[in-house]
Amino acid sequence: MKKILSLLSFLLSFNVLAELRATGDLGIVIEREDGAALIINTTEHKQLAKISNLGDLSHASVVFSRDQRYAYIFGRDGGLSKIDLLQDKLDKRIIQAGNSIGGAISQDGKLIAVSNYTPGGVKVFSSATLELIADIPADYGDGKLSKVVGLVDAPGQRFVFSLFDAGEIWTLDMKNPQKPVIEKFKNIGKLPYDALISPDGRYYIAGLFGEGGMALLDLWNTGNGVKRILPDYVKADEKLPVYKMPHLEGWAVAGDYIFVPAIGKHEVLVIDKQNWQLVKAIPVPGQPVFVMARPDGRQVWVNFAMPDNNQLQVIDVKDLSLRKTLIPGKAVLHMEFTPRGEQVWVAVRDDNQLVIYDTDTLQEITRLPAQKPNGVFFSARAHKTGL
Amino acid sequence: MIFFIRVRKSIFGLLLLLILSGSMQTVLAVEPSPERQVALRHLLKNDCGACHGLTLQGGMGPALLPDNLNGKPDEFLVATILNGRKGTAMPPWQPFMNHDEALWLIGVLRKSVH
Repeated sequence: MKKILSLLSFLLSFNVLAELRATGDLGIVIEREDGAALIINTTEHKQLAKISNLGDLSHASVVFSRDQRYAYIFGRDGGLSKIDLLQDKLDKRIIQAGNSIGGAISQDGKLIAVSNYTPGGVKVFSSATLELIADIPADYGDGKLSKVVGLVDAPGQRFVFSLFDAGEIWTLDMKNPQKPVIEKFKNIGKLPYDALISPDGRYYIAGLFGEGGMALLDLWNTGNGVKRILPDYVKADEKLPVYKMPHLEGWAVAGDYIFVPAIGKHEVLVIDKQNWQLVKAIPVPGQPVFVMARPDGRQVWVNFAMPDNNQLQVIDVKDLSLRKTLIPGKAVLHMEFTPRGEQVWVAVRDDNQLVIYDTDTLQEITRLPAQKPNGVFFSARAHKTGL
Repeated sequence: MIFFIRVRKSIFGLLLLLILSGSMQTVLAVEPSPERQVALRHLLKNDCGACHGLTLQGGMGPALLPDNLNGKPDEFLVATILNGRKGTAMPPWQPFMNHDEALWLIGVLRKSVH
């Protein structure tokens, strides 16, 4: 039996090698409870492979190497897994911390940075070998380590991240990997829970849970420090309960407008990035979690925290109005647009499905099976700052 | 009729609670129905798990393993679950469960072998 199996796997691997494969239209779907990743083809709507034994993926995110061959998966349990999309296999896997939340790939593609809760800090690895290059504990005094959130890459071979417990934003310059240069911005606001960077890599914005508004850092003018925007937007006494923290990393910038989830208020906020004033607050049915712009910026798609997590709303950017409410199924956790945005893939956890929509007609195209999917990430992210 | 039975059940549970309180950590209040137990476990894994981790080893929120709960009285934990905790990201779960269900969940957590 064993012989037959090994013969079979030999033949299969031969087949993989024999069949030419490009990776520009591939993607990764995370299966949270199985601790597995599906490699999918976004053009053919097909599952190509399932890679198992990736640890606790109850919260996970993915970045891609700039040649789009490898996907790096950041798991909840501190696992960092490098998947080979050409050969359908796990290339390397390390456990780099006890508890982690996300990661980023550097501008030149050579470094992978991971943001950790335990021990609080950022670790930087070689994207080729996953060897440790820099260890940056998020020490904010007396040896206390803060959980790190909102880690993104920025131009100038930098990473930017926020310290949840400390209320700080740090930039990490890795131009000389042997000599990381850290710049710290203190008192940026209480409990930053996540952050985004504008697609041009200029503005870093951290959402605050502990007080009103968001913290803005202009990376072209770091000397000006961190500014508070929309400081009075949600008053403490009118704050609604938040059953899932919003995510900001799927940026939603459309023209001059930035779309962000309000926290503790059932609204999507539209901010004009010329003056950082509120343009409009669009009412939505629940606490928004992901607020993501279609790549052409014409639509913004929104999903919600429980108990409203069966819905998706599509906002038309042309007049900042609701275009349609979709009901994909139970527990809509994440979505990802194809590179030019004609389709969107939606992870519906409790229905064990991926639902693919035509973003023009808003009609469902097809459904694919996936076990408790909680994230969809396409290799086109490889060439986008902040993703 | 059903209402009557429920009332009797909860009186029975209350008596049991009075008899057993002090001698047991996890009080045998009215057990949720099997369907509710499934729903509550689902909520624990997915919604509590969003912050406390699928394996309850912590995330943005603290770990909820038996060792972490040791020394914290049931009623303190019930209050935390139902009312949330001000100044933190812990929201009130009152809309989604009642007192006895929160108590039952704490029992599950105290025994969890994740």
